[in-house]
Amino acid sequence: MVDSKHKWKAWLFLSPSLVLLAVFTVWPIINTMIMAFSEGYSQMYALAGKSFQFGLGNFEFVAQYPKFIQYLKTTVLLCVLTVPISTILALLIAVALNSIKPLRKVLQTIYFLPYVTNSIAIGLVFSAMFNVIGNVSATNAQIESYGIINNILMAITGDKWINWINAGSPYWANITVMVIYIVWNALPFKILILLGGLQSVNKQYYDAAKVDGTSKARVLMRITVPLLSPMITYVVITGFMGGFKEYSSIVGIFGADMGPTGNPDAMNTIVGYVYDSLAANQEGLASAAALILFAIILAVTLINLQISKRNTHY
Amino acid sequence: MKVVLENLTKVFPSRNKKAGGEVIAVNNFSFEIPDGKLIGLLGPSGCGKSTTLYMISGLQKPTSGKIFFGDDDITELTPENRGVGLVFQNYALYPHMTVKQNILFPLQNLKGADKLSKEVMLQRAYEAAKLVQIDELMERKPSELSGGQQQRVAIARALVKMPRVLLLDEPLSNLDARLRLQTREEIRRIQRETKITTIFVTHDQEEAMSISDMIVVMKLGVVQQIGAPQDVYDSPENLFVAKFLGTPPINVFDGTIKGGKVYIGEDAVLDAPGVEDQEVYVGVRPEGFELAEDGAFHCKLRSVEVMGRDVSIVSENACALTPVIRSIINADNKVDSSKEEVCFNLKAHKTFVFAKEKVTWSTAEEGKTLYNFNKGAQTLNAVYGAKTYELGTLLTDEDIAKLEKQAKQSLSPVAKFFVKQGKKILATAQAKVAPAVEFVQNIIPEKPALTGEITYKLAMGKNKDGETLYFAGGVDNARLCVTSDINLAVDLHAELITKNVEITKGKDTKSKTIVEGYHVYYLEGDKKVYPELNVANGENHEKRIFL
Repeated sequence: MVDSKHKWKAWLFLSPSLVLLAVFTVWPIINTMIMAFSEGYSQMYALAGKSFQFGLGNFEFVAQYPKFIQYLKTTVLLCVLTVPISTILALLIAVALNSIKPLRKVLQTIYFLPYVTNSIAIGLVFSAMFNVIGNVSATNAQIESYGIINNILMAITGDKWINWINAGSPYWANITVMVIYIVWNALPFKILILLGGLQSVNKQYYDAAKVDGTSKARVLMRITVPLLSPMITYVVITGFMGGFKEYSSIVGIFGADMGPTGNPDAMNTIVGYVYDSLAANQEGLASAAALILFAIILAVTLINLQISKRNTHY
Repeated sequence: MKVVLENLTKVFPSRNKKAGGEVIAVNNFSFEIPDGKLIGLLGPSGCGKSTTLYMISGLQKPTSGKIFFGDDDITELTPENRGVGLVFQNYALYPHMTVKQNILFPLQNLKGADKLSKEVMLQRAYEAAKLVQIDELMERKPSELSGGQQQRVAIARALVKMPRVLLLDEPLSNLDARLRLQTREEIRRIQRETKITTIFVTHDQEEAMSISDMIVVMKLGVVQQIGAPQDVYDSPENLFVAKFLGTPPINVFDGTIKGGKVYIGEDAVLDAPGVEDQEVYVGVRPEGFELAEDGAFHCKLRSVEVMGRDVSIVSENACALTPVIRSIINADNKVDSSKEEVCFNLKAHKTFVFAKEKVTWSTAEEGKTLYNFNKGAQTLNAVYGAKTYELGTLLTDEDIAKLEKQAKQSLSPVAKFFVKQGKKILATAQAKVAPAVEFVQNIIPEKPALTGEITYKLAMGKNKDGETLYFAGGVDNARLCVTSDINLAVDLHAELITKNVEITKGKDTKSKTIVEGYHVYYLEGDKKVYPELNVANGENHEKRIFL
């Protein structure tokens, strides 16, 4: 501990960061709480001198707002689909990468590319791949050209194509595109973490398993996965955290409308709702939604930790 | 199950593609291991013993040669189909499984007709655990066990599937001294009880001798001698084997055979009827000395160490390759420690004579005299300190005096080394020489001295005439010695680092040069750490001459 005589010095040295933390972290959190619990809070009215009643009105409104429930469903659906898929894929790719020598560096770089590329830019590329140009309405279809995915589909199936993201596209098609995009985008970070974990696993465990005639699948399930369990836990928890905050990827593919043409907000998420509320000068609702999101992430993380406690071997 | 190795050879490709030179880890190893015996593979680090073990286990594929278990050729079989149990040096127990799960693991891998019921598996696991006396610890994780217990679990895991051959890789090296003693007896007991042919690898000669039915001494990939421990000790086939076995180590002297007698210096110590005159090494076991007033072998007495049952006489002799000679005699013999000189008779069956083979330099010009350190010649290839001497010039007394002065002032470990040897300066160099010499490769990679001040290396190069030269000294080319004599370079290297050396011989595959040198080891705590010596394909030099 610092000698009490010099305590003021300690505070002096700490003060720059304390001030910054207070202004940019602590105050915004407190402010969010205040706004969330001020019924119908709006900054415009607040500036005009209006006062707001303290209460749970914002939360009640958000929880009963049908669109919010739909956004929540989309968010949870994306999370539940993308986190397991991307984790399993990343594990398999990491194991494969770890077991080859030639081209490992090249492949590692290729798999890491999505991480260093802007997600909006990638979103645009993905939307071009799934796009259909022309009029896709059911009665009067007039197609100019198809994206690469539909071209491949048509090459395989003859002439069947799917309206992935354009006007009139179904919800499941939109979700499929989002899942593919989010998984692809989430892979590099997970591969990196898992590959790092794999490379620190003692090779003798595998030699021992080889002498004991262990099959490849068993080596993966009984040796590799348990030894990697701390990394897998980390990847899953951060995956869920990121998944519940999904927003920019949807903007990347569907634009600021958050849905195909003619059906805005079809793919909107909780974070999307927060943005929308802010744009509508309803800071109270936005804050309440943000706190609800926080509570969901906290609960999911706690459940995750509880489950992993039993299955993680540090 | 007997194990037969037939011309087993393993060649590792060079790590450095530019320098070239593949490493022959195991060279033409043929041996039949009788059924149910405990065999120790023994040798310094890098001699190929672990590689041999891994080839038997199937984890490494031999470059050529064959392995048989009984009459089955298993060379091409994968490890799991060979029926071997392997215990790794650091045990490789799965950290996330309990002891029971670890032992069960190999059984759960069995498929098809071999598949066992849960009850049988458990019963077998408990049997194996009982055999190594860990049945109390079945529910613990490896991290909750001591080193010795982990070792037992590893052995149980190897034994549980009833292997045809049990392989142990340095099984005792991770245990402390007391546990080591206990565990080696345990291994012996387990082997006796199970009667499984067991092969274990060690670099500790005492360990190998104490429990093996047979030992195989290896050096640089070549088998030096195979036999019962006592036979190998009593009748070593070459100087390496003689030196490798025995504590305290054998005393080695420069000697000659003249007119049917073996001389060490002026003293005729043994009869050698019918052996032609030649230069030899004479090795005498510490217990091979017999105190005698009129003994033929004269040494300068240094001290007498009393050990109760025995006394150890420490003496000096100009012909000895080590600074002191250690002889152990029965305490009934009273030694007058005030005397200047001590005389011995040498016991013929404890004294071995080895041919001194000349080191040949394929790159040297015919007839050119190369410096021989031991003979004290004065041909000098020398450069030192601020003054640069041309290669091949003779040093004047003045130069030598200067070096001695530097040594006295503790200015230079190199100068000190030469003076301490009681020889005149031979070959040292300062940075100025280095550019004239084309660097070829490191023999011993850079390694910091124990004092940590400077990093030293031992390397090989060629000068513009194509003559092979050796470097020892700092990597910054300070304190550098350039010499055509590998012995000198290695000696210096060892001196600069720790003084711990073991003599070996080998052939450098790249330059086709025979390298007569040393194994240098570094002491890390009490543990000997051998740097990788970048020479391979050793040849049997210093063959025993049977008198």
